[in-house]
Amino acid sequence: MSAPRNYLTEDNRLRSWFFTTDHKRVAVLYFASITLFFFIGGAAATLIRLELINPQGHLVTSDVYNRLFTLHGVIMVWFFLIPSIPNTIGNFIVPLMIGARDLAFPRLNLASWYLFMAGGLTTLYAMFAGGVDTGWTFYTPFSTMYSNGYVVLAVTGVFIAGFSSILTGLNFIVTIHRLRVPGLTWYRLPLFLWSLYATSVILVLATPVLAMTLLLVALDRAFGIGIFDPARGGDPLLFQHLFWFYSHPAVYIMILPGMGVVSELIAVYSRKEVFGYKFVAWSAIAIAGVGFFVWGHHMFVSGQSPFAGLVFSFMSFIVAVPSAIKVFNWTATMHKGWIRYDAPMLYALGFIGLFTMGGLTGLFLACLAYDVYVTDTYFVVAHFHYIMVGGMVTAYFGGLHYWWPKITGRLYPEYWARAAAILIFFGFNMTFFPQFILGIEGMPRRYHVYPPEFQVWHVLSSAGASILAVAYALPLFYLGWSLFFGARAGANPWQATGLEWQTTSPPPKHNFEGTPIVKRKPYDFTVKGKARAQNA
Amino acid sequence: MRQQHDVAQLGMWVFLATEVLFFGGLILSYCVYRSAYPAAFAEAARHTKIIIGAANTAVLLTSSFLVAWAVAIVKLRQSRFAAVLLWGAGVLGVIFLVLKGIEYGMEYDEHLLPGLDFFYPGEQARAVGLFFSFYIVATGLHAIHVAVGIVVLGVIGARARQRAYSDAYHSPVTVAGLYWHFVDMVWIFLFALIYLPGRSG
Repeated sequence: MSAPRNYLTEDNRLRSWFFTTDHKRVAVLYFASITLFFFIGGAAATLIRLELINPQGHLVTSDVYNRLFTLHGVIMVWFFLIPSIPNTIGNFIVPLMIGARDLAFPRLNLASWYLFMAGGLTTLYAMFAGGVDTGWTFYTPFSTMYSNGYVVLAVTGVFIAGFSSILTGLNFIVTIHRLRVPGLTWYRLPLFLWSLYATSVILVLATPVLAMTLLLVALDRAFGIGIFDPARGGDPLLFQHLFWFYSHPAVYIMILPGMGVVSELIAVYSRKEVFGYKFVAWSAIAIAGVGFFVWGHHMFVSGQSPFAGLVFSFMSFIVAVPSAIKVFNWTATMHKGWIRYDAPMLYALGFIGLFTMGGLTGLFLACLAYDVYVTDTYFVVAHFHYIMVGGMVTAYFGGLHYWWPKITGRLYPEYWARAAAILIFFGFNMTFFPQFILGIEGMPRRYHVYPPEFQVWHVLSSAGASILAVAYALPLFYLGWSLFFGARAGANPWQATGLEWQTTSPPPKHNFEGTPIVKRKPYDFTVKGKARAQNA
Repeated sequence: MRQQHDVAQLGMWVFLATEVLFFGGLILSYCVYRSAYPAAFAEAARHTKIIIGAANTAVLLTSSFLVAWAVAIVKLRQSRFAAVLLWGAGVLGVIFLVLKGIEYGMEYDEHLLPGLDFFYPGEQARAVGLFFSFYIVATGLHAIHVAVGIVVLGVIGARARQRAYSDAYHSPVTVAGLYWHFVDMVWIFLFALIYLPGRSG
């Protein structure tokens, strides 16, 4: 007997994939694309770490080194981290979680993938045709006047991908507002949706400012309109303000979806309602809101007014409050829970630890006096990698494993998945913890030749990176294997409560037979709740 | 259908929020430099063609009125007249662009367009250049929005003529109307920022 038709088997001609408007298929397209970008960005990171083993930097020239870390940053930030959870897992799960047949604007969703790819390929072309040596931040006046590289092309790629972000955010906002099934009130929404909603608000409100900024950079470089050129009365610092007005909230675009995933995982694998649901929900909104007013902490040493620095420092400390609420509430959720250590839970636990490290060192950097000391050192590099990689990438893998049975209809091999999760945790710490020490000792970022006394920490970091590289490659193999040989997953292998688990795995093209009705809170693991879930 | 209408409208409002921040970044930069070089910006603004600018403001406001009228009557089965109104608004949009083009031409002849041909005698040359950089970027981006709007109005007008819209289904008209009003609003801000400084007294 053949399996019931689902979104994967519906129509397998190639064109049916490239012209699909099914949110699940668009999500799969995104999965494939961002995996590609992840490994390209990862390859650059590998070369960077190899180079830094030797203090004299014999592997590549300084110029190539600059282009490598620019490639790494640009690709990882805009073509992996920003789209990672929202555009893959979010695309797939949002309509399922709210019981809808699709997103509010399915064709716009597909268009956003095409924009993403157009932007990504443009940027990749710029990177491989000769590269860009500005760093991912494109600081003026270097980028507009002196840089010897394909700045305009790279910036154009990011500009185009920005529209993809905006359209995705718009789609999520409208979908979550308007397409919820009867009974699914805001306070019955799974926390993943609250985080994605907060993320979408940032995507919609911050990305256009980046678009305008990059447009001005491109025009300045191509036509010399002089807006950031001091020789023409322009102010390079204005660029930094505009850039960080986007790029600091963008940090929350990257981390909030991860927090949402972790909220789901902790609840399911502790079999408990999330402690302080409303606080966790609103803390996502608070992070998004406050996140718009902290950008100046990237500019403490730029010469901005000390009073501005004071305010930005204070606001940056404020962000710690909602973040801490989340961490404490996750741990409180686990308290007296019936905890199972499946691979997704291991990732979630890893997230809590690494995010806490990243968050606490963020407080060091929010502190004006200390930030002056470690600005542009490896301390900063280590801090944001703890958030971006230790936090976001870990959450992405956790979510990927958790929803893998729903997406593919197959179970992943648990043993290998746990091994990879543990390996990632240790590899990550070994790679990035030494960088805190390097930073405190005074090693500046973006240098590829350094005094020999730093070498031991760099070698340690590079050794960790090789473990991390293996650990990140592992899922590619065992998940690939499970795609064809994994055991069939039932509709709800985790006995989870979300609506997405009430349809078959993989879901049929239109997600649900009939419209589900919601009568309970999102994490109701009581026996009664379970019975209702099965009858719904 | 009611829900679909609702969804499309909310989508457009969210999109307009994006647009506000897009132009907002530019207008903020303008304000930074205007407060840094107030005299030069006033001097530069006196070189703009206020007659054309004012005429264009009237043209866009009128076209917005026509669109609002079309939105009001498209539900009343007056599709043919709605089509005329929408096309009328589109034609006004074209007139706007033609006037804008003439204005650019004049400014080009006066060497006022940075990036293309800029020469300004006097001490304030640098800041005047900055003003005209903003002028050309802001009005250029606005003109692109107008051009997109003209195409949309043309298509929607044609659909209205085919009686595609009714009381139950008219969200494309409403949504296009929202967009067109927004483009109009942006122009009102730009008009005040570009043409009016330095002209009082």
